[in-house]
This record gives sequence, C-alpha cells and structure tokens, in this order.
Amino acid sequence: MELQSTYNLKIVKQFAIMTVIWGIVGMTVGVFIAAQLVWPELNFDLPWTTYSRLRPLHTNAVIFAFGGSALFATSYYVVQRTCQVRLFSDGLASFTFWGWNLVIVLAAITLPMGITSSKEYAELEWPIDILIAVVWVVYGIVFFGTIVKRKVKHIYVANWFYGAFIITVAILHIVNSAAVPVTLTKSYSAYAGAMDAMIQWWYGHNAVGFFLTAGFLGMMYYFVPKQAGRPVYSYRLSVVHFWALISTYIWAGPHHLHYTALPDWTQTVGMLFSLVLLAPSWGGMINGIMTLSGAWDKLRTDPILRFLLVSLSFYGMSTFEGPMMAIKTVNALSHYTDWTVGHVHSGALGWVGFVSIGAIYFLLPRVVGKAEMYSKKLMEFHFWTATLGVVLYITAMWIAGIMQGLMWRAVNDDGTLTYSFVESLSAMYPYYFVRFLGGALYLAGMVSMAYNMWKTIQGSKTAVESIPQTA
Amino acid sequence: MNSFLHWFVIVLTLGNIFACWWLIRFAAKKRPGDVPDGEKMTHSWDEGTLVELNNPMPGWWLGMFYATIIFSLIYLVLYPGLGNFKGVFNWTQTSQYEKEMADAKETYGPIFAKYAQQDIVTLSKDAQANAIGQRLYVNYCSTCHGSDAGGAPGFPSLKDKDWLWGGSPEMIQKTILDGRQAVMPGWKAVIGDDGVNKVAAYVVSLGGRSANPAQATAGKALFETNCAACHMPAGTGNPALGAPNLTDKIWLYGGSLGAIKKTIANGRNGIMPPHRDFLGEDKVHLLAAYIYSLSAE
Repeated sequence: MELQSTYNLKIVKQFAIMTVIWGIVGMTVGVFIAAQLVWPELNFDLPWTTYSRLRPLHTNAVIFAFGGSALFATSYYVVQRTCQVRLFSDGLASFTFWGWNLVIVLAAITLPMGITSSKEYAELEWPIDILIAVVWVVYGIVFFGTIVKRKVKHIYVANWFYGAFIITVAILHIVNSAAVPVTLTKSYSAYAGAMDAMIQWWYGHNAVGFFLTAGFLGMMYYFVPKQAGRPVYSYRLSVVHFWALISTYIWAGPHHLHYTALPDWTQTVGMLFSLVLLAPSWGGMINGIMTLSGAWDKLRTDPILRFLLVSLSFYGMSTFEGPMMAIKTVNALSHYTDWTVGHVHSGALGWVGFVSIGAIYFLLPRVVGKAEMYSKKLMEFHFWTATLGVVLYITAMWIAGIMQGLMWRAVNDDGTLTYSFVESLSAMYPYYFVRFLGGALYLAGMVSMAYNMWKTIQGSKTAVESIPQTA
Repeated sequence: MNSFLHWFVIVLTLGNIFACWWLIRFAAKKRPGDVPDGEKMTHSWDEGTLVELNNPMPGWWLGMFYATIIFSLIYLVLYPGLGNFKGVFNWTQTSQYEKEMADAKETYGPIFAKYAQQDIVTLSKDAQANAIGQRLYVNYCSTCHGSDAGGAPGFPSLKDKDWLWGGSPEMIQKTILDGRQAVMPGWKAVIGDDGVNKVAAYVVSLGGRSANPAQATAGKALFETNCAACHMPAGTGNPALGAPNLTDKIWLYGGSLGAIKKTIANGRNGIMPPHRDFLGEDKVHLLAAYIYSLSAE
C-alpha cells in the first residue's frame, strides 16, 4: 500500500485552485450588481442580467463556491495532517470535488434563467438540492472515515469545528430544502406561512453559524498556530467556546423575523440566544489572537499572518455587531436597511475571505512542493487592496444603513413621514458608489492572487508528502 | 400552544442556558492532576508542530458570558419567551403597536380633525393643507400613481381632467375611502378574434383616428350590442361604472390598435384599494383636497 504512506494532496490542490477561481467569479458578479445599484442601465433590460437574478448567483457563488471550496480544501488537508493518515477514500473525495463543482455550474446556469425556489441562500431547485445532499453525505463519509482511522489518539480542535459544520449543514440543507416537486424546475416548500419563514431563517442564520463560522473556525485553529509557530493559547477556552457556540447558534434564527407574524416567544428566545452567543463567538477570536501574540514581530514580514490577524479582528467585530443587531430595539432601526448588508460583508469579506485567503496562500506552495508563493510583493498588494476594500465597503454600508433607518422613521410635526421611500433611495447613491469601489478593490486583490497562484503552480507537479509512521 | 409544547419550550430554553452556565463552571474548575496553568497539554498533532496551552479562560470574558446569561434569565421573567408564560410586563408586539398607534392618534389626531372641518375645495387652496396632503400622497399613493401623480400604464394620472369615477371632491374622496373595482370583461369568447378586430377598429375611429372603414363599420354594430351598455352608445364612458371615455386621447392600458385589441380580447381588472381603515377619514379628507388641487384651476 504505497499510496497509504502519503497524504492525498491532489484533492487539496484541486479545491484550493477552485477557491481562487470561484472567488473571482462570485466577486465579479458581486461588483457587477453593486454597479447596477449605482447605474441601473447595467441591468440591460434583459431578464438574465437583472439584479434580482444575479444577486442569488453572487451569494451562492461566494458562499458555497468560494467559501465551500476553501472549506473542502482546508478540511481535507487538516484532517489528514492532524490524524496522520491519508483520506478515508480518494475516490469518494474526488467525487465530492466533481459533484460540488457540478452543483456550482448548475447554479450558474439555472439562477440567471430565473429557476429558483425563492428561499434565500437556498435558491437552487430540488434536483440540484438532491445532488448537494448526496455530495455532502459523501463529504461526511470521507471526513469522518478519516477521523475514525486516525493514528493520533486525540481529535484536534480544528476537526471538532469541521465535524460540527459538516453534520449541521447536512441537517439544515435537507430540512430547509424539503419541497413538493411540480416539474423538474419547479417545487413548492413543504412548509407554509410563518413556519416556512422560521425554517428558512433557522437555515439561513445557521448557514452563517455553521457554514461561515464553525467551518472557518476549524480553518483558524489549524492555520493560525501553524503559521505563527505558536501553541494554541487555551485548550480549556476551545472546549467551552466550541460547545457553547454550537448549542446557542442553532437558536438564533428568529432574530431575522423580529416584529413579524412569528410568535412573541420565538422572537424573544431568538434574541436572547443571539446575545448569549457573543461570548462563545469571542472565545474563538481570543484564542486566535492570543495564539498570535508573541509572534507580533512576524506580522511585519509575513503577509499570511497578517491576513489571519485581520480576519480574527473582523470576526470579533462582526460577532459583536450581530448580537447587538439582534436586540429588538436596535433591530427596529437596522432591519431591512443596508446595515445588514454591511454586517454580512464584514463577516464574509473580512472574516471568511481573509482567513480563506491566508489559508490558501499557506497551502498553495505546499501542495506543489514549493517553499513559498511566487511573489510576496503581490501578496502584500493583495493584503492592502483587500483591507482597504473591506473598510470602504462596510463603512459605506454602515452610513447608508443607519441613514435609511433614520430616514424611514423620521416624522413631521403632523405625524406624516418626512421622507418618501424614493428619497431615501436617492440619498444612497454616494454610498452605493463607495461600496462598488470597495468591492472592486477586493476583487482586484483576488485577481492578483490568481496570477500569483498560476506562477506558483506553473509547470509543477502535485507534491508527495509521506506520512510519519510514529504517532 | 398545548401544555406539552409549553413545557418543551421551557425545558429546552432554560436547559440550554443553564447548560452554558454549567459548562463554564465545569471547565473553569481546577482538578488534581491537571496540567498547570500556562503549561503545554500532553497531546500534540502534525508531527509535534501543533500543541495547546492550558491557559485559564480570561476573567473579563467569563464575566461577559455570565452577564449575558443573567440578562437572558431576567428578560425571560419580564417578557414572553417561556412557552405560554406571558412575562411579568404582559408585553406583546401587538399591544406595543396598538399603544403607539393610540399615542400617535392622540398627538396628531387634532391636527387632521381641524382640517376635516373645512370643505375640500377650500382646503385645496390652502398651502399648508396641501403640503401635508402631498406628504401623505408621496408615501401612500406614489407607488402606483407616480411621484408626480402622472400615472403609469394601468394606473390613472391624477393631474389631468379625465376622471374614471368622477372628479368632484366628493367622488375623489369616496374613491380613496372605499376603493374602486373596475371590471372590463374579456370578449374573445363572445365575439371571436374577428369581432375583436372589428370593435378595435371602431374604437380607434371613435377618437378621430383613421381605421379600416369596413372593419370600423362592422365594429360599430358589435359595439352597440356589446359595449354601449357601459361605455355608452357614443363611447363617452360612464363614471358610475368606471367605464372610460373612448373618444378622448387618454388610454389607461395603451391606445395603440394592438393594445386596444388586447384589452377587448382579454379584459382588464383595475383595482384601487380602500383606505378608510388604513388612513382614517380625516387624513383621506386632506388627501382628497390635495388630489383635487392637482387638476383644479
């Protein structure tokens, strides 16, 4: 069994490359629809290019194609290294690669055609949903199969998070996507009314909680200590924040439905668990940042470490902002405004994007047997464009969102509303332009990453790393 | 909810909150044989490159965790959250809404009540009344009728002198208060495609435009049998039914031959929703004055 003495780096390389490619695709669509909000002519009066059809394409592409590929790449790498065994099955791992990419291609075809289940972040129709479920179950088999055959007694904390992410996403996806098919491209949700809304946001918020948080915390727990060359700050903290995080996140969905037909008690419970979630979330940030402390000097010379540090900072900020926005009185101002959009992007661009980019820069040279990336200068360029991009984006959306919230609630002496909706919309132009600019900068950084990646892997073969035989 | 669900919610909610409490206390406790604080744990991964320290959880962080838990427990006593338990404050979002609406009515009601005393024609010349009316208009009416009240296909202009349901102050007020439902039935099944073409040609000719003379003449007979009941024999319309005048240049659903054919063949449904319960009579009174002012000399 020659093969069993080496790690499977091919699958890691495949997913790492696709992370960058799908990142560029998803972010290009994002920048384009941001431009549509400034220049509506860019809708071209064609059904396939309207904002309403491209927006789900953007969210699906960045969350599931970019983020998903990063999670596949890193989890397959981390689980092998920390279990000291090759993946449970190369064939099944390869199936997840081709299956997942097929899902993405089908999404890119069906969404612009207007084929949608209309559930946010779960727009894909039932045949694609079934494919996702199959790929995901196989992913679980590969991941947990590898854990089972591990040569190391303890399961590393990164794998707890990856494991929780894989199991919970399977449950969320299957429950939320339950539908009655009518034709191959049309189905109706299995739930109705307020129940449907609740299931949708139970799914939607935990897509954030488990896909975009738990999975990426798994990433953080491996790449931060590795790149910093420092021990994880606190084992105890990792145990507490893991269990607290996964048990409280699952309750938080109702905060998306404050002041709606959802019963009062459900709204209360959703708000309170969102608040309790603050400490468990910050547990991850503290553990990451305290792990980096002592390696501050490396930040000057190491762009990967800088990506990881900034990602943790944005994680901390977003997970403070989230519980605040879940409080009913704050939510009454922030709900339905661009503040929510800014909050999501400080998490998505700042936390998820930065930690993924750092991890992929770590992985790329290693999977092709090189010492480092082709150009450190380009990594520096990427770091600064991305940082400036995020800051512009979220600042613009904070101002826009709070302004909308205040304009919508402003009343005259006679009790009539001071502003019509259109007035609040036309006040948004400058901020929408700054948001477009921020997104374009972030995208420019990704393009530099693609070039850097191409030059790094050009003419190389997948590295062969043998597994140490002693535990 | 039934008593099973009631207790299910209570047990699960409190269970998870207290589990968090227990978890922190359990993990914070020192036990004999533990790795001393700040030392490395005994396990390692990835060829010894990944190790963990046994640092205690930061005190300020634990404090924050406890604070959110305590806040939650207090909140659950005060507000509805634990199943059917209504909370000490007896608060509901419905009662909050009703109270805010009642407060607003008390504060702003007299302003509108004062204007309601005056007749619509007088109000339509009052700058201050029109300013309030316009603010009401942009928030409640502009979505369909346009910010400039110029209308849109299917939604009539409010600034011309053409009125589907009558343009007197009383009629405008009634339209806003109780809404209108205009029904133009589809005629394709009754008179066939050929009949539709003929009537369309006649309708085009009514406004003085040129149409195929033979078709228009044939259409006239069909019009008199089928359409004149609502649109009147001369095609001048009937405000009592909201049937539009077909002899002018104003077309709600488009005046091209094609659009007219489509209207005759498939019919149209025009709905103006009622605002009596939503805005109240006093506000509608001001709104009617504003709308009236748009076309009044």
